Amino acid sequence: MISRSPSSKQWLLTLPSLAWLGVFFVIPAILIVVTAFRPADLHGGVGAGWTMENIEALRDPAWLPIVWRTVALSAATTLVCLALALPMAFHMARVGPRLRQILLLLVVIPFLSNFLIRIFAWKSLLHPEGPLTKLLISLRLAPEDALLLNNMGAVLLVMIYTQLPFAILPLYAAAEKFDFSLLDAARDLGAGPWRSFSKVFVPGVRRGLISAAVMVFVCSLGQYVIPQMVGGASDEMIGSKIAQRVFADRNLPQASALAAALMLAVLVPMFVVAAWQRFGRKEAAS
Amino acid sequence: MHDFLVIDHVSKSFGSLRAVDDVSLSVSQGEAFSLLGPSGCGKTTLLRMLAGFERPDSGRILLGGQDLTALPPEQRPVNTVFQNYALFPHLNVWENIAFGLRMSRRPREEVRSGVDSMLELVRLSEHARKRPSQLSGGQRQRVAIARALVNRPQVLLLDEPLAALDLKLRQHMLLELNAIHEQVGTTFVYVTHDQGEAMSLSDRIAVMNAGKVEQIDAPEALYESPRSSFVATFIGDANFFTGTAVELQHEGYVRVMIEGLGSPLVISNGAVSSNQTLRLMVRPEKISLTLKRPPSGERVNAFPGVVEDIAYFGPHTRYRIRAGEHRVMAQLQRSRFSGGVVEPARGTEVWMSFHPDEGRVVMLEGGA
Repeated sequence: MISRSPSSKQWLLTLPSLAWLGVFFVIPAILIVVTAFRPADLHGGVGAGWTMENIEALRDPAWLPIVWRTVALSAATTLVCLALALPMAFHMARVGPRLRQILLLLVVIPFLSNFLIRIFAWKSLLHPEGPLTKLLISLRLAPEDALLLNNMGAVLLVMIYTQLPFAILPLYAAAEKFDFSLLDAARDLGAGPWRSFSKVFVPGVRRGLISAAVMVFVCSLGQYVIPQMVGGASDEMIGSKIAQRVFADRNLPQASALAAALMLAVLVPMFVVAAWQRFGRKEAAS
Repeated sequence: MHDFLVIDHVSKSFGSLRAVDDVSLSVSQGEAFSLLGPSGCGKTTLLRMLAGFERPDSGRILLGGQDLTALPPEQRPVNTVFQNYALFPHLNVWENIAFGLRMSRRPREEVRSGVDSMLELVRLSEHARKRPSQLSGGQRQRVAIARALVNRPQVLLLDEPLAALDLKLRQHMLLELNAIHEQVGTTFVYVTHDQGEAMSLSDRIAVMNAGKVEQIDAPEALYESPRSSFVATFIGDANFFTGTAVELQHEGYVRVMIEGLGSPLVISNGAVSSNQTLRLMVRPEKISLTLKRPPSGERVNAFPGVVEDIAYFGPHTRYRIRAGEHRVMAQLQRSRFSGGVVEPARGTEVWMSFHPDEGRVVMLEGGA
């Protein structure tokens, strides 16, 4: 990627998207941060005046296990998704154009049905009377009293299922541009198939790997529907708590404080990654 | 003699295409050997089988007596300089060259000294920390050579090593490759479609066509005594005539009657029988042009003709001479026209002549 300073006219082209981002992302984000410093009123609205109460509430040690669980589940989802998506992207980039189209279609097809419906489908799949549980028990791969639903494993499984396409697509885009003759060179120089993959292919799709990781991790952090529907009572994530504050407690300022904290937690690492990539690019160009 | 690298009845098909068709050849240790042929002749497939990227359908590949046929590329004592160099973009020059040594888990000290001495060999020491994208084409090529040679391969395979370079650089790298070959003494196997490249790089050349080896010989021998009309046309230019053997002579000469031209005496190049239909070949630069009939005798073949076209090529000039139905190409050094300073113009009646040793029978191919 060659960075060129766009002329003033080219800047105009980005105006619509800048305006869109400004109106629908930056302003609401600022509003959330502002609301976090407002008191809640009795009717579920936002009261007048300013308070640090909501921010103070974030320091409650009761949040720690939830934060930890959120980060751990998101990290695990990210790792598993990348591990599954890497070989998938590798093969998608190597097969012929017809099969490649079919595979791409298969990756995208889940988006054609509603997210909630797909989660419900998992709910019945994993149900104690559901087909998956029965199959596993009949194959003696699970004990008679196996419970696949309402636990952290179910949350992780469904999170991986929902996030996998977001890992495959950027990795595939990177793999498609990868020069596969480099793998021949690696083999020629004494690297076996596995080391050619890890020492040459993986660094070669580094950019795609970073995008996929950020994409999956960030989307996982904010999940609340999945833990609520397939998780147990003790599998709540931060997203679940924000949803509770909004819908059950009707405490918008407290929800805002949580959301703002989550947003910061996401944005800071992203800026670090972006800065690092920029630095890497400069280094390569010097 | 040539029994270091042995290709023994190797065949390889892709679908219905026989890319390599029962090829056998051997290369001696330290030799610079070329596989030469047009695109699609099977030379690259053969090279990929030597490197281990393709498995032959039948036949064996032996190196120093060891059967390599079933070994994957990473286990062969063979390294490749790829046509597009295939340098790792995420590694710098030093790390690229170190890759092979690191893969074979050599001690750190050995990696460092090995890479440093290779950098010196290809004169890139001051570029060690650069990325491949920051190098020129010639420098990338030298990195690719160093990256392969640092592993001390028993055979270095070079796939069209000069094809990606411009003309000036190509001539320079040609000399450099010869110098490197001389210095390291490793067996080099080149794949190229460029006859000039093959001639100046190799001790011997295997000319390939349609999956088969047409002829294996030293460059001079290929040029001076091609055995087939394919080899004669692929290496240099040639005039071909079809005629009938009319008089077999001692010492390997035959007189061939060519309809509409005459009956030249040429080298028979193997067993020829009377009345056999033959194809014979004369290089354009072996033909002399004179205004007068050269003094007649056994040892000169001379035919009259008319200059039809002239093309100047700087150091030499090409003439197309019409003689009846025949069109003959003659190529003259500008000073060699025996008429003196004046060169024959279009329409001039001239005599073309060549010595019997300069004409030879080439294999008659079916229909070709």
